[in-house]
Amino acid sequence: MAVIEIKNVAKRFGDYQALHDINLTIEDQEFMVLLGASGCGKSTLLRIICGLETATEGEVWIGGKRVDHLPPKDRGISMVFQNYAVFPHLTVFENIGFGLRMQKLPDNEVKRRVERTAGLMHIDQLLKRYSGELSGGQRQRVAVARALAMEPDVILMDEPLSNLDALLRMEMRAELKGVLAESNTTAIYVTHDQVEAMSMADRISVMHKGEIVQAASPIEVYRNPAAEFVAGFIGNPPMNFLPAKAAGDGKWEVAGNTFDGPASGAPLKFAIRPEDMHPSDSGIKAIAKVVEPLGAHLLVTCEVDGQLFRAVLESDLTVKAGDALMLAPHRDRVRWFDPQTTLAVA
Amino acid sequence: MTAATTDLVEGGANARKAGQYVYIAAVVLLCAWVLVPLYFLLINTLSSPETVNAYPKRFIPEFDLGSLTFFANFAGILTALKNSVLVAGLTMIMSITIGAPAGYALSRFDFRGKELFRLLVLLTRAFPLPLLALPLAVMFIRVGIDDTIFGLALVHTTLAIPFAVLITFSLFSGIPIELEEAAWTLGCNRLTAFQKVILPLVLPGITASAIFAFVISWNEVFAAAVLTIENRTLTAFLLQNLDTSPLHLKFAGGFILVVPALIFIFAVRKYLFAMWGIANR
Amino acid sequence: MNPRLLPYLLIAPVTLFLCLFFLYPFVLVAQQAFSNGSGFTLDNFRDVTSHWKFPISLRNTFLLALAVVPIQLALSLLMATMVNRMKRGRDLILYIWTIPLGISDLAAGIIWLAIFEQSGFLNSMMGGLGLIDSPTTFLSYSTPVMVFVAIMLAEIWRATAIMLVILVAGIGLIPKEYYEAGEVFGATPWQRFLKITLPMLRPSLQTALVLRVIMAFEVFAVVSALGGTLFPVLMGETYEYQFRLLNSGAAAAIALVILAISIAFTLIILRVLRVPKGATI
Repeated sequence: MAVIEIKNVAKRFGDYQALHDINLTIEDQEFMVLLGASGCGKSTLLRIICGLETATEGEVWIGGKRVDHLPPKDRGISMVFQNYAVFPHLTVFENIGFGLRMQKLPDNEVKRRVERTAGLMHIDQLLKRYSGELSGGQRQRVAVARALAMEPDVILMDEPLSNLDALLRMEMRAELKGVLAESNTTAIYVTHDQVEAMSMADRISVMHKGEIVQAASPIEVYRNPAAEFVAGFIGNPPMNFLPAKAAGDGKWEVAGNTFDGPASGAPLKFAIRPEDMHPSDSGIKAIAKVVEPLGAHLLVTCEVDGQLFRAVLESDLTVKAGDALMLAPHRDRVRWFDPQTTLAVA
Repeated sequence: MTAATTDLVEGGANARKAGQYVYIAAVVLLCAWVLVPLYFLLINTLSSPETVNAYPKRFIPEFDLGSLTFFANFAGILTALKNSVLVAGLTMIMSITIGAPAGYALSRFDFRGKELFRLLVLLTRAFPLPLLALPLAVMFIRVGIDDTIFGLALVHTTLAIPFAVLITFSLFSGIPIELEEAAWTLGCNRLTAFQKVILPLVLPGITASAIFAFVISWNEVFAAAVLTIENRTLTAFLLQNLDTSPLHLKFAGGFILVVPALIFIFAVRKYLFAMWGIANR
Repeated sequence: MNPRLLPYLLIAPVTLFLCLFFLYPFVLVAQQAFSNGSGFTLDNFRDVTSHWKFPISLRNTFLLALAVVPIQLALSLLMATMVNRMKRGRDLILYIWTIPLGISDLAAGIIWLAIFEQSGFLNSMMGGLGLIDSPTTFLSYSTPVMVFVAIMLAEIWRATAIMLVILVAGIGLIPKEYYEAGEVFGATPWQRFLKITLPMLRPSLQTALVLRVIMAFEVFAVVSALGGTLFPVLMGETYEYQFRLLNSGAAAAIALVILAISIAFTLIILRVLRVPKGATI
């Protein structure tokens, strides 16, 4: 039973402010993904929760106990590292059993738990091998098994799949999600890969420049980004933005079209996802610049009033560079942002 | 046309072949340059004293232990040999126990004054250290450790410490910090993580740098000659008796000096290059 | 315990040790050199430099360094590039070539004595080939050039290995892509060596030269073994003053002269071979 509470955590490295006043609660057995580009502070936050880094300010609570002054071993956590950190001088068996031996568990209990978690991760055949004799994917499995064997309240993962090739990553993603769901632990998972985040998370915390910009379910983050940064970071290709001029009464003029929007006086940005449009007789006039057939879809990079604008269209459409398109946005998918605060406006 | 091309190609191939021969010849020659003088020493060591002083020399050893027996029976030389081993052993232990923690600190921590500390260590390496034996001789008399094995070992440790720090620094740097962090998350504190994870991994390298320290002390001549009078080490003993001792004694002594060197280079060959690679960064 | 203090705790032993046995004696040498028991004086320096042997030993030390270091630089560069393109037998060749690294200067002197002494291998070889009728004396007052050559060869034999090790490690750090790029742009092997290897090797060249030049000014035991008093050098004079003449003030003064020369050369080498900021690999 472990709720994790992060209260007013800040971290400075010299003059550099890596984390600003982070507040976040992660529910028991929740799968939380910290998502962001490199340097956004997500790994630092994870390491502070783990105890490998000390926060400059703030508190960390795990399972109702304040832990920020405790060493990692006393926090009831275990961790999976990006480079696996499988001990090269020990066999797979001893690697998985390492933490259990440190707890001085009896041999038969160690053996039982090692064999159970090894079975869970499908590496029961490899128990006698050394890390040098394993592939990257197998090492990853050992690292996860080692963390699970501790039966921790919380499992922390720092980009655990980023060193695997694409196919293996997809396979491990699904497997990891299944194993963690069964183990009833709270999980915090750091990644820069939005697909990984979307597919695994109960909730995503999107981080940017040392702050959590939005913490919400994957679909919420995708559909209703709380800020321009989230809209531009999540989704591939990212959301399109166009300037909007107020036409009074909650009406907005965007590239020669009129849309219903929030009642606000200040200028806003109009935003729409590339896949939320279809070609029509009327709509936003776009000149196709580059057409990329992606198999399932057609990615068309256009220009609207001199601005970059992308659309993902049906693949059976015939569009070529130089064509003029009329793109009709799905009205309920249109979002609005305040260019001053960069935040979403309802 | 075709004939000309074949000629050209063959010419190129011939030139490459000739280059290859020159290359191999140069490698062999350079090996001989190193090995032949050692072989001569070996011949002299394994010959009777008469042969060593005779002319002309044979180019095959006669496998006579006369010179070595003479060496072993020469007054004071076995004590000197024992002293050399003791000083080198002490140096080895002290330089590793003192140097390794600093190497670990350099590889794992960022702290204020780190650059200054590195500079101090590097400076030590770039100084003609044996010269400092002169004032130390006076200081040792004052403290009462003059002409002792321990006193000399202290000076040799100063010589060996920069190497010990740099080698252990490169060893620890070669071990990903994640391994240590993983151990911490698995129930270790700093000390147990070091014992269970780091130590087993660096032990061979530590051994190599210990041997390095041993040989630095074993080979050192000047400070040994300055700081010991009664308790001469082998190098100091040989140096002191250079003008008076017979040739066969010199050669046998030289041979005894060389043997550990051969073993040493063999034992540490893997680490030599890693150490200098990292020391230059 | 406060984790911030841990690194300082770890480097404390080395720092303490070096302060006590490196910085402090250094101050002592200076004190000893500049005092005559009653106060500041330059007498020691005046005594030392006005002695007839001083200019000779100074000249000898410089001549030897000048003759030996450039040859060793060229030789070690050649060997390092040869090793670099070696595929089979690389480890064995490197082991052989680095053997002298572990051999003390005294032992090296003795090894070359076996070759150059009157009944030695050089005479035996020349006699065997019928070049000479009776053995000639190489190492005596009448043959100063041969004495110099013998010492030179022994020094080259002994101390090229340390430079080789540093340079091999340095070349290993240069990414292969640069050579491939050079080849694509049509550079010959010689051009690649000049335009890629040498500039990129500057940090290693720095280290190698600094260490080697300092060693060159410390030359002592090789000279003692081969030339005895025939070829006075600075370090030998220090030893003479300390032991034969029991004048530690003068010994300290010469020690400071050697130190000054070493530091001057270190600074020159660092300056000449400096790597501009941002131009590192």
